Amino acid sequence: MDLTLTPEQETFRETVRTWLRANIPEEWARQTVAGSDIPRVEAYDLLRRWQRTLYDAGFLGLTWPVEYGGRGLTFVEEIILQQEMALAKAPPVLNVLGIGMAGPTIIAYGTEEQKKRYPAKILSCEEIWCQGYSEPNAGSDLAALQTRAVRDGEHWVLNGQKVWTSFAQFADWMMLLARTDPAAPRHKGITYFLLDMRLPGITVKPLRQITGDAEFNEVFFDSVRVHESEVLGGVNSGWRVGVTTLMYERLTLGFGLQVRLRIALDGLIEMARRVEKTGRAVTKDPLTRQKLAQLWIETESLKYTGARALTRLLRGELPGPEASAGKITWVDVNQRLQEIAMEIQGPYSQLRRGSEWAVEGGAWAHSFLRSRANSIEGGTTEIQKNIIAERVLGLPKD
Amino acid sequence: MDFGFSQEQELLRATARKFFENECPSTFVRARMEEPVGVTDGFWNKLAEQGWLGLVYPEALGGSGLGFVDLTVLMEEMGRCVMPGPFFSTVLLGGLAILEAGSAAQKNEWLGKIAAGEARTTLALTEPNARWDAAGVTVTARQGGSGFVLNGTKLFVPDAHLADVLVVAARVAEGKSPEDGVSLFLVPRDAAGMTVALLPTMDQTRKLCEVTFRDTPVDAGALLGPMGAAWPSIARVLQRATVALCAEMCGGAQKILEMTTDYAKIRVAFGKPIGTYQGVKHKAADMLVDVENAKSLTYYAAWAMDENAPEAGLAASMAKAYVSDAYRKVAGTGIQLHGGIGFTWEHDLHLYFKRAKSSEFTFGDAAYHRERVAQLISL
Repeated sequence: MDLTLTPEQETFRETVRTWLRANIPEEWARQTVAGSDIPRVEAYDLLRRWQRTLYDAGFLGLTWPVEYGGRGLTFVEEIILQQEMALAKAPPVLNVLGIGMAGPTIIAYGTEEQKKRYPAKILSCEEIWCQGYSEPNAGSDLAALQTRAVRDGEHWVLNGQKVWTSFAQFADWMMLLARTDPAAPRHKGITYFLLDMRLPGITVKPLRQITGDAEFNEVFFDSVRVHESEVLGGVNSGWRVGVTTLMYERLTLGFGLQVRLRIALDGLIEMARRVEKTGRAVTKDPLTRQKLAQLWIETESLKYTGARALTRLLRGELPGPEASAGKITWVDVNQRLQEIAMEIQGPYSQLRRGSEWAVEGGAWAHSFLRSRANSIEGGTTEIQKNIIAERVLGLPKD
Repeated sequence: MDFGFSQEQELLRATARKFFENECPSTFVRARMEEPVGVTDGFWNKLAEQGWLGLVYPEALGGSGLGFVDLTVLMEEMGRCVMPGPFFSTVLLGGLAILEAGSAAQKNEWLGKIAAGEARTTLALTEPNARWDAAGVTVTARQGGSGFVLNGTKLFVPDAHLADVLVVAARVAEGKSPEDGVSLFLVPRDAAGMTVALLPTMDQTRKLCEVTFRDTPVDAGALLGPMGAAWPSIARVLQRATVALCAEMCGGAQKILEMTTDYAKIRVAFGKPIGTYQGVKHKAADMLVDVENAKSLTYYAAWAMDENAPEAGLAASMAKAYVSDAYRKVAGTGIQLHGGIGFTWEHDLHLYFKRAKSSEFTFGDAAYHRERVAQLISL
């Protein structure tokens, strides 16, 4: 057991730290607010430029093969980068679904041509990706998806609808799951497509959500013609490919989630120090101290549970039970953190952007509302628990 | 970076698991619960033969010279079988106190014997005030004659009735702070004026005692560590013992999770194994999450101990806060998912449930350690 880094990794950390200090955009530092860890729509232009800067400096795709635009390093360097970005309060990476999901899946299942075509542009943010999995009648039960693709010569003709699609309003490409063989068993008739979002017949409609923002979208397909060269991993093999994507999502986003949680917690503690309740700083209230300490402990536990999962990966072993604990813990801690942020602000928590009385510009109200999605997106907590019970603990399927 | 156990450590785990399955089945545990002694000479000698009684002591002092990460593996296996007996009190409380604070002569006298299974000891720290900090030490040691005279009462002292020598924390002076003026003394079992009374306890696998000193004389050579300045040693012993206890608790919690999922696979209700139902599945998943996070924090604390990392104290408190809650919750859920059978004396679950409860309050409960975390992160 050894949590120390090699001299090369220490040097890498120092390089990242120095670079971040010099390169974080000033306008970000000005507008950033503690606790708000989700890129808001108005920051997208800035974030696009920021990702390009990161890419040009060689800090993206660290674990990807060099021939496809990556750096060929290990997950240790990836974690170092994420930690340093958190410490420096750097802007997040915009093309997060491309980097976390599309890229690794294409590298795993793509043809040589696809591998040369897509990953590098994901990293440079030239092409932003969204994920077309969920449908109105296929969320947790993803294999129930109904979007159809019917062969017509060299093309597939696509009809149907996706929903909850983040980034669809400005994405260039979509990871799309569509049913190509309705006669086959549910999991065996699905194909994974790389869909050009500029093809005729695609309509994107924003979905206004609980925060008032329109972060998600509905996407409609009306006889969209996709060329057969855009099938990933073979016709009717989409379920296997799609599940891989989800695995990458849990793994890669998992590291980032812990880091973002820590940023939010540091922000909460800073905010709490400034809040007085009944004549003293709320951080001196014994009950509040208990709650903040518990958040701290669980945020740390997420880090070390992640380190255990990473160790298995580095050793070339299969993921163990610890790999499953991450998302559930993160959801629970983040939602509780946001609740405690509201509790500490008391009546002020009701105020939103636009009120000069609002604490930190009302950012907490936004992140509090946004956190309700955490236990639904990327697999509901109920589904996550079913997965743990069945795949890790071996309990019988219904 | 490698945050996993080595092959040697996995081998130790396999050896320990087999050993305890053979030597410490629940029939053995239950027999020990019924007796005041709580251990057999045969079992104790076998622990010594395995080298486990001196696992973390230096080789020069008769130990194996291994670290806390190695110990973590062994403790998990001990927790898995709810091992009874004075291992914790002897090896990790009294023994570690002698290792931390003792002179060369004191260490030579006792640690080899402890490792060989020839001597048992304990740490008499807590008192009726039930505090784990220095302010809790009110037993007095007055200088007199050729040594000291002890007066006062220690409570919740583990296995004092089995100890050949007790390491006793006592106040020699009122200092500027509660930490000032605390000393440790080696008090032999036959010391005049010392009475040891076994307390009836909920967790019968852990024997606790009241120890009373009425003008108990000890000679000057009984002083362990610097006069009036033993608290840093005690704090370090507590920190290390806390991490070992967390590991033991993780092992117990893991075993409950296994017992419960095994049962959910075979117990049929409404025509299906109960593990088919989401109401059961989700509770089992909650147990797994608690157990895995508990292990992560414990392993990190053990590593921090071995590295003498500056954050070792914080790591120990984070672990104890989390693991105290986790073991209690997991044990409770384990009983719930077993239904009525889990509530019976016959089923082993109550051994774990009670161990979870006694461990929760040993070395400070979750609330105590959360407050320590709050202090250490400068809240």
